[in-house]
This record gives sequence, C-alpha cells and structure tokens, in this order.
Amino acid sequence: MDILSLLWDGFAVAALPINLVLIVAGCFAGTLIGALPGLGPVNGVAILIPLTFAFGLDATSSMILLSAVYYGCMYGGRISAILLNIPGDEPAIMTTLDGYPMARKGQAADALAISGVASFIGATLATIGLTLFAPMLAKAAIYFGPADYFALYVMAFATIGGISGSDPRKTLLAALLGLMLGTVGLDPSTGVARYTFGSFNLYDGFDPIVALVGLFALSEILFFLEEKAHGGGLVPPGRVFPRLTRVKEGIGASLRGSVIGFIAGILPGAGASLGAVMSYSFEKRLSDKGTFGDGDPRGVAAPEAGNNAASGGALIPMLTLGVPGSGTTAVMLAMLISLNIQPGPLLFERSPDLVWGLVAALYLANFVLLILNLPLIGLFTRVLGLPAWGLMPLVVAISYLGVYAITHAAFDLLVMVGFGILGFVLRKLDFSLVPVVLGLLLGMDMENNLRRALSISGGDFTILLQSPIANVIYLLTAGFLVLSLWLSRRGSAIPSRLETPGD
Amino acid sequence: MILKLSGLRAAGLGAAMLFAVPAMAAECIAPADPGGGWDFTCREVGRLLSAEGLVEGNVQVTNMPGGVGAVAFANVAGKRADDGDLLVATSTVGITQIAQGKYPGGVDQMRWLAMLGADVGVIAVAKDSDIQTLDDLLGRLKADPTSVVTSGSSGAGGWDHIRLLLLAEAGGVEALEQIRWVQFDGGSPAVTQMMGGQVGLVSTDLGEIKGFVESGDIRVLAVLSDEPISAFPDLPTAKSQGYEVTGYNWRGFYTGGGVSDDDYNAWVEKLKTLYDSAAWQETARASGLEPIWRGGDEFNDYVAEQNEQMANISREIGVIQ
Repeated sequence: MDILSLLWDGFAVAALPINLVLIVAGCFAGTLIGALPGLGPVNGVAILIPLTFAFGLDATSSMILLSAVYYGCMYGGRISAILLNIPGDEPAIMTTLDGYPMARKGQAADALAISGVASFIGATLATIGLTLFAPMLAKAAIYFGPADYFALYVMAFATIGGISGSDPRKTLLAALLGLMLGTVGLDPSTGVARYTFGSFNLYDGFDPIVALVGLFALSEILFFLEEKAHGGGLVPPGRVFPRLTRVKEGIGASLRGSVIGFIAGILPGAGASLGAVMSYSFEKRLSDKGTFGDGDPRGVAAPEAGNNAASGGALIPMLTLGVPGSGTTAVMLAMLISLNIQPGPLLFERSPDLVWGLVAALYLANFVLLILNLPLIGLFTRVLGLPAWGLMPLVVAISYLGVYAITHAAFDLLVMVGFGILGFVLRKLDFSLVPVVLGLLLGMDMENNLRRALSISGGDFTILLQSPIANVIYLLTAGFLVLSLWLSRRGSAIPSRLETPGD
Repeated sequence: MILKLSGLRAAGLGAAMLFAVPAMAAECIAPADPGGGWDFTCREVGRLLSAEGLVEGNVQVTNMPGGVGAVAFANVAGKRADDGDLLVATSTVGITQIAQGKYPGGVDQMRWLAMLGADVGVIAVAKDSDIQTLDDLLGRLKADPTSVVTSGSSGAGGWDHIRLLLLAEAGGVEALEQIRWVQFDGGSPAVTQMMGGQVGLVSTDLGEIKGFVESGDIRVLAVLSDEPISAFPDLPTAKSQGYEVTGYNWRGFYTGGGVSDDDYNAWVEKLKTLYDSAAWQETARASGLEPIWRGGDEFNDYVAEQNEQMANISREIGVIQ
C-alpha cells in the first residue's frame, strides 16, 4: 500500500540517531513541562524554538522535537492532577475528578498507570487515524461552520451538569460563574472592551491557565493550611507499584474516550479540553454505578485517552490545511514558516519526508512515553512522601513561576491569587471547581462561534438551526439528556442511591 | 561530547527562561501570543540579528499579549520608556489601533525604528465561487451589500475589514455598514471556512494564506499592492483593474519614547544592515513579505502620516465617531 511505503520511509527518517535522541529528550522535557502547573505545551514548545535554531536543526528534526514535547506535555499534565489535585494544563482538569480521589485512597500508583496506558492508547489511535485518513478527515472538517461549533459547545455545556458529584444545581451555577468571567475582555468581533474598568491588563480577559492554577493550586494550599491547623494530613503515598488488574479496568473507557477525543481534535475550533470533557461525560453516563467522582479508574482513563487523542487529531488540520487546531499547533506552524516550509494543502506533496517522518516519530514518541512513564510512577508517588513543609511551598513557587513565565505580567499573579481565594470560598461552599474553569475555557469559544454565526446571518438566530450538522448534534444532546434523566430516575429507586440525591 | 555541550546549553537556556536573567543584551517584545505575525517578526528578526552577528548572544523574545498590542504599549510607555536594548514588534494593525484610540497614548509616545517588509492584502473567493472578478464582486455588493458574506482575521474595524471597505467604497458601494463581516482567528481558518461554504469572501494578508493560493483552492480577485508582487506576478492588482486602493501590512519595530538618540540610531543602523543582508531578503520572500525599507526619521514621519490617514478612514466608514 502507498501509505505504508510512505510511512516506512518516514520511519527511516525518524530512526536517524539525531531524531531518536530528540524524541527521547522531547518526551522527557514535555512530561516535566506538562506536570508543572502553569507551564503547558504552548510554553514548552515556544521555549524550545530558540533551541532548534541554536542547534541548527532542519525542519523535520525541529518538528519531531516539538511534537515529542507536545505529546509529552499531554502525558505530563495528568501527574500533578492525580497526585496533588492540581492540573498541569487545561485538558488535565477532568483527570482531577477521579484521579485525585484515587490518590487519596492510596491508589496513586494505579491512577498513574491507568492514565499512562490510557494516554498511550489515545495518542496511538489518533496517530493511526492521522496516518490513514488525514486528507479525508480534513476535507470533512471544513464543513463544520460557526453554527455547528456552537451546537458542539451547547452539547458540552448540556452534559456539564452531571460531571461532578455534588449537587447539579451547584455545578450549573459554577459553570455560569465561569461563563460570566469569560465575558471579561475585548469583544473579538468588534474590539469593544467589556468589564475591563479601563485596565489594559484585563483587555484579553482572564487567561484560563492563570485561573486554573489559582483555583486549583492556591486553593489546595489554603485548604491544606486549614486542615493542618485541625490536624489533618497529606495524601498517603500508598503502594508504589501499580496493579495490572486495575489498569485493565480502564481499557474499554480508553478506547471510547480516544474516539471522542480524536473527533474533537480534528475540528480546528474544538480541541483537547473539549475532547476530555466529552469523553468523561460520555463515559460517566455509560458506566457510572455511583463510583464516578470517587476514584473510578474509568473516570481517569476516559479523559486522559480523550485529551491525548485530541492532540493527535489536532495535527490533522495543521498538516493538511495549515490551520492550527490549538495554541500549540499555531506555534509549530509559525516555526515551519520560519524554516521556509509553507504549511497548507500542498505540504503532503512537497515535503513528504517531513510529514511522514513526523508521523513515524509520533509512533516512536508514544512508545518512549509509555516506557518512560511507567517506571517513573514509583518516583512520582514518592513526591507524596515528601514532608508537607517542603512540598507545599514548592507548589506555590512553581505556580508563581509558571504563571509569570506565560504572560510576564505581575498583574496576572494578582489574578491568580484572586482566583485562589475564589476557589477556596467555592470549595468551602461545596462547589466543584471544574465547571468554573470549563465555563471560562469553553465559554469564550462558544460565544465567538455564536457571534460568527450571527454575523453571517445578519443577526438572524434561525441560522443556528439551519445546518444539518448542528441539528444532528442537538438531537444527540437531547437524547443524552433524556437518557441521563431516565437513568437517574431508575437509579433513585435503589435505596443506597438516596444518600446522594440528584446525582 | 557535542550532545553533552548542547545539554548544558539547553539547561542554561531553560534556567535563563525560568529566572529571566536581566543581563540579556537585546530583547524583542512580541505583543501577542506565540504563533502570530508579531511573534514571527520578533523571532525571525531576533534570530537573524544574532546569526549576522549584529547583537551579542541571542535576542530574547518576550510574548506580552493583550489588547492587540495595547498591553505591551502601556508597559513600555510606563516602565521601559528609556530602555535602549528593547525592540517592540508592530505593524499596520498596531497603527490602526492607535489611530482608533485603542492604545493608552498616541504615536508620538514612542520612537519608531524601521519597517523591514510588508505583507500585501488580498481579496479572495473559493475556487468554485460564482464570483469571477473584482468588478463582478463590487457589482454585487453595490446592488445588495448583504449578498456576499465577507470575512478576515481582524474584528470589525480592524485592518482586514478597513481594506475591504476601502475597495468597496472605490467600487461605488454606498451602504458600507450593511456589508456583513465575520471575524476568524487568522487568515487560514477564514479560508477553510470559506472553502466549506460558510462565508463568501476572505480579506487578509497574502502571507497568511499563501499555501491556498499555490494549491489553487482559492481564486484571488485582487492583491492590494502598487505593482504585481514578485512571488505571484500573475495575481491582478486592484489598481490594474481600475480601483486606486492599496492595503499593505508592514512589519517593523518601535522602542520607548525616552530612548537616547545614540541608542535609537544604533538600532536603525543594525536593522538597516539586517535588511540589506541576503538572509533577510530570502526569509522575507519565503514568508510572503515584500522587502521594503523605511527607517529612522523617515519612518517616524511615515507612521505619523499613516496614523492620520487611518483615523480619517475610520471616521469616514463609521468605525469611530
């Protein structure tokens, strides 16, 4: 087959010693960058670009390095999410929902192994999808218009009510709070400033990653201080080695999550966070027996597979159309241009070495990440064994550094502290923080697409219902809601479920 | 051995990144997130400045996104007005913002160093669109301004939008405010949405959508330059079709208003040397820029003049009062 021979040539490129070294180095650096709160793939990739110039790497080697970092970050984001309840990057927020409860039960090693394997499955399936169907999928993705993206975000928000264990009304309220915070800043379609109170620092609104670090990391520290005052303790390190049986429990969820995440990744307007949210909500509806949110392995596997598959999927519009599916791919595209490679529809024809070398490198990177991550589990879980007087200040320091490294603005440190206090108060009131971040993160894109659709129609709202794709999505959403209503009614008939009403 | 050395260098760079060592010689602020045009300007020029030996060591690129450049402008005006080691990337887009009063200050607050090249505006439709020529397009818009949905990478009132409206005005379209405008996050997302049939036309920089011109997925109705451009000599200019409209998006730099004449002149000289180098000419062309030089006082005057023009246009088409 043609693709196979191209891929074989690709492996010949990827297996050059220099490229192998870059893959391993990139995976390792990416895992670390992903695990540090605040620093995510966008920064990781941007930091490394000057290095690729300094070493005089060619375009293919540079792309291999950056992609390895990108994949590595997606693996790494989950580590702090599981161990400390602090997501390393945006897509990892969903992993806190079940990953951290597992760690609290002393199953940190299991959770890390499950998420590592799930990441591997998600990324590998996405890479296979990329190999076989890239040009075809890209052609389909261009028919997704603003009204269809809007429908997709409606679907995501419709399923948010069920994602966290607490009262669904509080979940919706938290999502609403996030949506409101998302309206701060310049209105992208007209440039009018909203709720900025004349401060230029608020012109770009609240950066989701800054909000995320504040809400999760700082509120966690505040909580710890309070618990410590009352004699509480840290998460127990538990077993050092994962159990294979637990890992197996996540395989099915990983496969389902991969498919959903991959689809979200291909659509340039969706992305890894949406992929993780959808994978988690779907899995919860499908398999929840009251254990989700309480440390269910499937609740760790689904979103991890989802966000890794989405990252692989996002490379499709990048390589076939030159359209960035995420901030990270935008940086990678910019680097290609500066290396005299013109991204766009002709990239596959003109630079087959680069494209197929990259694809082959992704397969290798996945194996490297799996091999790198599993033995490191023991090391990671030992982090929990560190004394709190050392660990907690370190988390604070890393949070401040990470946020400052992104924006170079002291103002954002204040924003982070503000979000930390907000997070503490919300958690005291038994609100889940995940919907707040999702509201902020997805709300902006949802609004942009709504505004675009209305610009096209000249303000006529019926455009939202005119696209067949959007209608299919609305039907799926309705079906999903009816199904969950039915399931919860059936569930509430069981006596033991009465303890958690409205779940 | 080499690997070990590069490892050390990597560690050094990483540490420098984390702790932002103040001893760095030259710094370029890109007032946007990584990946955009201003980021590209900083990274490319920074890379070439050190490759050509014009600055010592690397040029540190700092991303300072916010308010289409307003945050960086405020930061430089307030805290680093006399920092002689600083470059800030900007373009016609930035001047448009200043002219519309969206920055905390006017063009006279900064010292404008030089422009090194310019991207050229294009008006394009999908290859299967039934709009064949610029005359055809303007005829339709004249008859019914809502008949073609237009789009680009700036918001309403941004440079992509203004360029299109200037052309529409030259074509005799009267109800300019009725033309529908959709903002996307860049030229290539706008083009793919056009290929999917969501919008009818894209107005943006040629450099952003060069790949689609080469692949033949889009039909360019007009490029907004004085002369046909060197990379695509076959694309018709608006001028050659009887519409006196040009729409360049130059790329250049400013520095703080308090920078000494010595530092200012030294930067202008370095940038001129860079501009004349073969490496820049090649890099610029490869990324779809026409190399054009304006530097020093000449550039300062040019910016002031463009600022005035832009304010007039914005008033004329109703973007500002």
